[in-house]
Amino acid sequence: MELLVSAATSNTPRSHWLLVHAVAVFSFLYLPIAVLILYSFNGQGVGGFPPHHLTLDWYRILFADGPIWDSVLNSLQVAFAAMAISLTLGIPAALALDRAQFPGKALFRRLVLLPLILPGIITGLSLLMLFNVMGTKLSLMTIVLGHGTALISVATTEVFAGLQKLDRAQEEASLDLGANYWQTFWRVTVPNLKLPIIGAALLIFTLSMDEIAVSFFLIGRDNTLPLEIWGRLRRGITPEINAVSTIIFVFSLVTIVVWYRLRMQAEGSADVGADLIETGAPGKS
Amino acid sequence: MFSRAYKMVVTVPPLLWVTVFLLVPYLLMFCYTFWSVSPAQTIVHSWDLKNYKELLQKTVYWQTLLRSMWIAARVMLFSLLLGYPLAYFLSFYAGKRKDLLYQMVIIPLWVSYLVRAYAWKTILGSDGVLNTLLQYVHLTRHPLDFLLYSPFAVVLTLTHIYTPFTFLPIYAALEHIPRNLVEASHDLGATPAQTFWKIIFPLSIPGVVAGATFAFVLSLGDFLAPLLLGGPSGIMISNIVVSLFGAAYNWPLGAAISLGMLVIVVSLLFLSERLEKRWSFS
Repeated sequence: MELLVSAATSNTPRSHWLLVHAVAVFSFLYLPIAVLILYSFNGQGVGGFPPHHLTLDWYRILFADGPIWDSVLNSLQVAFAAMAISLTLGIPAALALDRAQFPGKALFRRLVLLPLILPGIITGLSLLMLFNVMGTKLSLMTIVLGHGTALISVATTEVFAGLQKLDRAQEEASLDLGANYWQTFWRVTVPNLKLPIIGAALLIFTLSMDEIAVSFFLIGRDNTLPLEIWGRLRRGITPEINAVSTIIFVFSLVTIVVWYRLRMQAEGSADVGADLIETGAPGKS
Repeated sequence: MFSRAYKMVVTVPPLLWVTVFLLVPYLLMFCYTFWSVSPAQTIVHSWDLKNYKELLQKTVYWQTLLRSMWIAARVMLFSLLLGYPLAYFLSFYAGKRKDLLYQMVIIPLWVSYLVRAYAWKTILGSDGVLNTLLQYVHLTRHPLDFLLYSPFAVVLTLTHIYTPFTFLPIYAALEHIPRNLVEASHDLGATPAQTFWKIIFPLSIPGVVAGATFAFVLSLGDFLAPLLLGGPSGIMISNIVVSLFGAAYNWPLGAAISLGMLVIVVSLLFLSERLEKRWSFS
C-alpha cells in the first residue's frame, strides 16, 4: 500500500483513481495466495472465519505423507527430463530460425510456438492419440515427451530473443581465427547466451512442475504432484494441500529472487519471461 | 558465415522432432474425426462424416460452445479492465517503483494454476472463507450459494489467472511508446485525456489485442476450472471432450470437437495477428 502511494508521483485526480485501481487489482491478485497460506496454519480445516487454533499440524501430516513425496519426486524427474529435451531442441531451433533459410520455415516457427498459446487440452489429446496409435504405454515417460515438446517453445523464444541482441562479430572472429563450429558454439555462442539459457531452464522447470492440462491426458500409473493434488481435491479438501502449495510457493519465490538478482547484476533489468509473453503473443510469433 | 553443415545440424533435429510430436499428432487428430467406435468399444477406421453430422445436429454441443465463448469473452473483458489501467499506471505514474511493482504482477503467475483455482474454491464455498466472513460480520444469515459451482466462479477464477497475462503485452506496448510523443502532445496544448485517447491508447492497441487473445483463447479451452468450480451450469466445451475421451469413450467424436476448437483458436490467432499489424506504427 505504502509502496503504491509513494509510487504515484503526480497528484492529479487521474493518478489518484489509477492508484485506487492498482491497489484493488493487487488485492485481487494476492487475496487467494494470502488465504491459501493463512489457512495452511488453521487447525479447524479449510474455510471458516475467523481462522483459529493456529497450528503446524498440517505440515507435520504433510511431511509424513508418502504418496505426496513420491509425486514430488516424480515431478522433479519429469521437470529435469523435460528441461533437457526442450533445451536440446529449443536452442538449435532458435539458431535455425535466426540463421538458416529452409522451405517451411514460417510453418516451423508457428508449429514450435503453438503449444505456448494453445489450450493444453489440444496438445495433450493430440499426443495421447499419437501414443495410442504407436502402442506406447502411458507413463511418466509420455508426460516427459509431452512437456518436453510443449516447452521447446519457451527455450526457443528466450534464446531467440538473446540471439537478436548477440554481436555476431565475436562468432565471426572465432571462426576466422581457426576455431571450428563446435568450438565456436561452446566457447562463444553459449557463454554469450548464458542468461537466456538459464532463464529458459528455470521457466521450463517451473512450468513443468506446475503443468496439469497436458499431463492430465498422458498420465500412467505414477502421479505428478499437480495430478496427486487434483486427485485429492476430487475426494475432499484438507489444509494439507494448502501446506504443500505454500511450500512450493516459497520455493518459486526464492527461485525468482535468485534469478532477479542474477539478471540485475548482469544487465540491469529483470524482465523474466517477458520475452516469452511478447514473442509468444500472436502476431509476433 | 555459417556453413551448410552447421545449418543442417541446427535445423534437422528440431524439425524432425516437431514433425513427429506436433505436426503428426495434429494430423492424426484430423484422421480420428472420420473414424468411429464399434459396439465392442474398438476404434473403426471407417472414413465417413458421421461425427461431423452429429456435431451439426445436436444442439448441446453448440450451446456448450456458445457458453464457453461467453465465459471466455467475459474473462477477456474483465482481464482488460483490470490489466490495462494497471499497466498504464505502472508505465506512466509508478516512477522508481516501476520494476518492483512489475515483479509483483508477475509473482502470482508462479503460483500453480491448480492451486489458485483451489484457493478460490476455499474462498467461495458455502462454508468457505467469504461466506463465513459475511455471516461473522452479520451481513448475511445464510451462505450465498451462487458463489461456488456457477459460471460466476469460473469467470472470477479465470480472470484472476489471466489478468497478469493480459497485463504483460499491454505494459510492453506502453513502455515502447516514445515519451517525446507524449510530451509533444502536452506541449501542443492537448489535455491529458486527449493525449491518452489520441496518442497513448492507439499506440497500445497491439498489446491490447495480444493480451485479449491470450485471455480468450486460453480460457476457451480450459476444463479444470469448470470441473473444480463450475458445477453443472458452468460446464465448458473442453469438459465434453474430456468425458468423450474418458467414461463416454468416443474418441472420434471428441477428436472432432477438439479439431473444431483448434480451428477456432488458430483463426483467432491469425485474426489478432492481422489486427496487430494493422495497428502497429512501426
